[in-house]
Amino acid sequence: MSEHPDSWRKPPMIANPFLRYALLLGILAYGIWAFSMLPIDWERVSQGLTRAQRIFSGAFPPSFQRSGLLIDGFLESLRIAILATVGGVLLSIPIAFMAAKNLAPLPIYLLGRGIIIVARSFHPVIVAIIFVKAVGFGPLAGVLTLIVYSVGFVAKMLAERIEEIDWGQVEALRATGAGYLATLIYAVFPQIMPRQIGLSIYQLDSNLRASAVVGIVGAGGIGSTLANAFGRYDYDFALAITLVIVGAILLSEAISGQIRKRIW
Amino acid sequence: MVGMDSHPEEWARYSPRQRMQRFLIYLFCVAAIVWSLTSINVIWEWVYDAPAQMGDLFGRMVPPDTSNLGKILWVLLETVNIATIATAFAVVVSLPVAYIAAQNTTPNIVTLWIGRVILVSSRSVNTIIWALLFVAIFGPGIIAGILAIMFRSIGFIGKLLGEAIEEIDRRPVEALEATGASRFKVILYAIVPQVMPAFWAVSILRWDINLRESTVLGLVGAGGIGLILQSAIDTFNWQEAASVLLSILLLVVLGEVVAMWLRRQII
Repeated sequence: MSEHPDSWRKPPMIANPFLRYALLLGILAYGIWAFSMLPIDWERVSQGLTRAQRIFSGAFPPSFQRSGLLIDGFLESLRIAILATVGGVLLSIPIAFMAAKNLAPLPIYLLGRGIIIVARSFHPVIVAIIFVKAVGFGPLAGVLTLIVYSVGFVAKMLAERIEEIDWGQVEALRATGAGYLATLIYAVFPQIMPRQIGLSIYQLDSNLRASAVVGIVGAGGIGSTLANAFGRYDYDFALAITLVIVGAILLSEAISGQIRKRIW
Repeated sequence: MVGMDSHPEEWARYSPRQRMQRFLIYLFCVAAIVWSLTSINVIWEWVYDAPAQMGDLFGRMVPPDTSNLGKILWVLLETVNIATIATAFAVVVSLPVAYIAAQNTTPNIVTLWIGRVILVSSRSVNTIIWALLFVAIFGPGIIAGILAIMFRSIGFIGKLLGEAIEEIDRRPVEALEATGASRFKVILYAIVPQVMPAFWAVSILRWDINLRESTVLGLVGAGGIGLILQSAIDTFNWQEAASVLLSILLLVVLGEVVAMWLRRQII
């Protein structure tokens, strides 16, 4: 009888009870330690509610009075996103070929992967402050930043697609005696083109979103307008800008999703 | 393909209509690029000068200054804690949001829309913009950073988790309802086991992303390694900035490895 108990209990996720409780204890200990080490100024935090009230009462209703500034900032973001997408996609094609295991010799493969890892690891805002220092405030820094950001994503995805291509077509072209470049153009490009177009459209959408952010550190676009409004305590204008950004992001997400659905 | 006339002598890859469409698309793209290039507010001398400037900057960064390494690593640890705590809170908060934003579990249409509004507004405002807001409210510091990451993550986790809930197999739910189980038990025994893999995958993915995002919070005053980077750059201490950048690179790569390992362990 004892092997068939009357009541049933859900089996635990980790079967070993010792490991289970040790893990739980470890997580608890980590939580306490992590919180105790963080330098938090509770006094300042406790003023938050009254401040929040002041900010929100300043922000409502959103002010679209300076819509000229808003539209200029937004158009600049759009230009930054378009140019960065073109530059980033063009640049990511050779890098993707370098980073594809089946096409590149090992040293070039490692170099290509290294470029992709570095481009992917740094948040666009960090890249942006470096470019702002190097080439000055304004949209140029934004374009350069987003080119790096695009390379990190597009080159990675494209390299993965190149590694998956059907090798038969490459062999067929090589058998006819075609050179390296001809093999790339006639055997590899047709296979990766649909993915490349889809990625470019996705990246345009992604760049538009990121261009709103890199502006906060001075790289042009609507982010700069937002940071200025925030800095001057123009919370009603800041709310208006945020609403426009959210609207534009939702719209571009919908458009890019529709286009990609038709291509793929 | 009706009569003989519809078989042209010459083969063409696209029909005239398709060719027209493609031409229009190309035209549109070129027009967009030309418009951007001609109207962007860029001083072109700066563009030609950019490679030299970048070279100069990187020249100043070598060799990286490691005299402050102890402090950098300590703040890096703080950054990891910000990302981890914020992810943990976001996961907890996003569970009920995902529950009411999934079409098959939401109690009624009003809660469905409340859930969707929460997800969209959280997702479409970037972490940095959330950080700006919370720095204004709670003052510069780590609380603002944690809240910013949390608010952005709720939308991400909630959306993906909600989609996972919508894709579950209905039959276990019906089986439990047939036994007369309470709503809570249905969730616990029929829904939770089915979304568990998605739950872990999404949480780990978001933790990895948050690690990256938490490195920039400091640039708007919301704590973490970004503060040190900002002060190094503001004082033109490029050698220290280089060591901060290298340690961020290391952190992100390490985070990716840990995330990959966790994914293999759990899922």
